[in-house]
Amino acid sequence: MKKQIIISGFGGQGGLAIGKNLAEAGMAEGLNVTWAPSYGPEMRGGTANCSVVLSDKPVGSPVFARSTELIALNEPSLVKFEAGVLPGGMVFVNSDVVTDKVSRQDLTAYYIPCARIAEEVGNPKVGNMVMLGAYVAGTKILKPETIEAMIQEMFAGPKAKFIPLNIEAFRRGMACIS
Amino acid sequence: MEKELWKGNEAIAEAAIRAGCNCFFGYPITPQSEVPEYMSVHLPKAGGVFVQSESEVAAINMVYGAAGSGMRAMTSSSSPGISLKQEGISYMAGAELPCVIVNCMRGGPGLGTIQPGQGDYYQATRGGGNGDYRTVVLSPSNVQEAVDFVQEAFDIADQYRNPVMVVMDGLIGQMMEPIEWRPVPKRDLPPKDWATTGRKGRDHHNVINSLYMDPEECDRHNEHLWEKYALMEKNEVRWEEISCEDAEVVITAYGTPARIALTAIEMLREEGLKVGLFRPITLWPFPEDALRKLSKAGHVKAFLDVEMSSCGQMMDDVRLSVEGRKPIRYLGHAGGVMPTAEEIVDAAKAALKEGA
Repeated sequence: MKKQIIISGFGGQGGLAIGKNLAEAGMAEGLNVTWAPSYGPEMRGGTANCSVVLSDKPVGSPVFARSTELIALNEPSLVKFEAGVLPGGMVFVNSDVVTDKVSRQDLTAYYIPCARIAEEVGNPKVGNMVMLGAYVAGTKILKPETIEAMIQEMFAGPKAKFIPLNIEAFRRGMACIS
Repeated sequence: MEKELWKGNEAIAEAAIRAGCNCFFGYPITPQSEVPEYMSVHLPKAGGVFVQSESEVAAINMVYGAAGSGMRAMTSSSSPGISLKQEGISYMAGAELPCVIVNCMRGGPGLGTIQPGQGDYYQATRGGGNGDYRTVVLSPSNVQEAVDFVQEAFDIADQYRNPVMVVMDGLIGQMMEPIEWRPVPKRDLPPKDWATTGRKGRDHHNVINSLYMDPEECDRHNEHLWEKYALMEKNEVRWEEISCEDAEVVITAYGTPARIALTAIEMLREEGLKVGLFRPITLWPFPEDALRKLSKAGHVKAFLDVEMSSCGQMMDDVRLSVEGRKPIRYLGHAGGVMPTAEEIVDAAKAALKEGA
């Protein structure tokens, strides 16, 4: 089992955090993981991205040309990375921001209204948690309990009030995948 | 032991603190800025001194001063900043001062790019400063190694009274990976009775200096240094061989390209092609004897050197070890572009054809 995931969007959309959460959760489940961010000029072009590898074997390259899944949080990210998704792969599109559809027929596309759900849940900042839920439900690669335990840990102490909000966003994201 | 997810640069800084580093002097530059950033918060809490210097030149000279007074001193930078430190490194080698210098390499020459590079191999292994000197150069290819090597580097530096470099491409500094804070080998180190900490009743002053006006004396000093470097060559050389036992093509690579090569080797082996990896862990001393031995093996038909440098700088050392016995191909990118596993697969197949 090896997942090579690209998560890409505008700075501030929480794409790098989605990647970090996936890596943390993968590590908690005993997988080998890497997280590699883009830190160059592409950040300014609206495709701030990170590459995450989750694997049951030691990770060779932390960067890759072909991904098993793409999470596109904005339009430029879909334009830039769709071609690199491996045949049979999945694309998770933030449909509140991206109006285009996935053009390739050999990919499974999920359109997730992250911003709308985040608003409904009560905080626009948790849009990335909605997307994380969609990814977990779509790929079934990680256990939802692992993510929820991680959220508990992430918001320990004075931030504990954010736990229900994030878990709700995560579950609503999962529910988008039928 | 529990695994923790750490970013390379922050892990390096934490590793240094755990190794007893008590003075850090640095200046921000992408892609290593998280090292001084982390140090600025955590080193003072651990009782150490952090100074953001006015320049890289100032930082390395502060390291000189702190090391001279017996502190465990460190600096870090990225390629253009490391260039600025070369004079100081040469002076420290001359004055026999231990310190740890981290180069989180980016593409060059000049300001180049902020993306990962490996164009400073010559500078690190041949010495970018003047004079006849050497530094042990450790090259991690994952965050765990970076953490282990930085801790060991302080002991190596103290053992030989010499600067030690930890050299890695920017990706190792920027990426996150699970690590364990496992114990690293500790060395039995001599007391720093040479440090300039005040005379305190001693019968002589300790002097830290790299200037010898008398040429005979300078010659003797150089001889002493070279005896030391010979010991490093004998005792500090490290490398790793993966799937080389039956390999027809041996890929030579360090740092991130070595990881990408592993992915390529997996793909090649699935196709039934026998390809292995020879990874120098110390760039100096280079694992010359081990690579020479491998080049004499009957099953090895060809070598493929992969680097993030345009001309193949480590390639020189590979050539010096292979000595023309087998053909050597080169695959490289500079300017922040990383080779892909697919490119390495194609190059390895071409190497196999060439060696057949």
